[in-house]
Amino acid sequence: MKLSIQVNEGPYQHQATDSAYNFTKAAIEAGHEIFRVFFYHDGVNNGTRYTTPPQDDRNVVNRWSELAEAHNLDLVVCVAAAQRRGIVDEGEQERNGKDGNNIAPGFRISGLGQLIEAGIQADRLVVFGD
Amino acid sequence: MSMLHTVNKSPFEKDSMTSCLRLSADGSSILLIEDAIYAALDGTSVSDSVKEAMKSKKIYALQEDINARGVQGKVMDGIEQVDYAGFVKLVTEHDKVQSWV
Repeated sequence: MKLSIQVNEGPYQHQATDSAYNFTKAAIEAGHEIFRVFFYHDGVNNGTRYTTPPQDDRNVVNRWSELAEAHNLDLVVCVAAAQRRGIVDEGEQERNGKDGNNIAPGFRISGLGQLIEAGIQADRLVVFGD
Repeated sequence: MSMLHTVNKSPFEKDSMTSCLRLSADGSSILLIEDAIYAALDGTSVSDSVKEAMKSKKIYALQEDINARGVQGKVMDGIEQVDYAGFVKLVTEHDKVQSWV
């Protein structure tokens, strides 16, 4: 079955991003296809490679990047939510005249249309958040 | 058409569980995750309303989140515990998923 995931909460906030990660992993292990993981609202904070959690804590961002690489996942960050929170890729850096970018490997910035498409194309859309 | 509802906040913190119980159709399933686990415990001020809902709805609770909170022995009879694989299975077995975030 084709599944899409929506994450509305940032890392290290409550538990939603951990639940979303565990669910995504379990879905892959069960042989399902992940059509897309869409990061919305504070969820866009999952997509910055500048996080440096203590060594004995889980690295939420790297965990998503590694899962994306291993299973060719499409991790999409909402552009309007990203602009508000300072999540920047090369294109956004150029467009908004920023002095750098911080998007994590495996993530890309795009629009809400990607969420709508994820809802239409997948058999189920599961939302995690506050 | 069967629907799976997920609730992730404690009923003592937010009213999403109350809304879910009030608005979900008979015959639907409700999965309690994260702090919503507290709604699955016996002897609380919401236990009676959850028991009442169990007459017409099936209620599940995520095992990992029950264990994380150390409340394994307090979960009400009739609530089925599932792991993440079971969560995925519930999602695929129901036509739609409504997350009460």
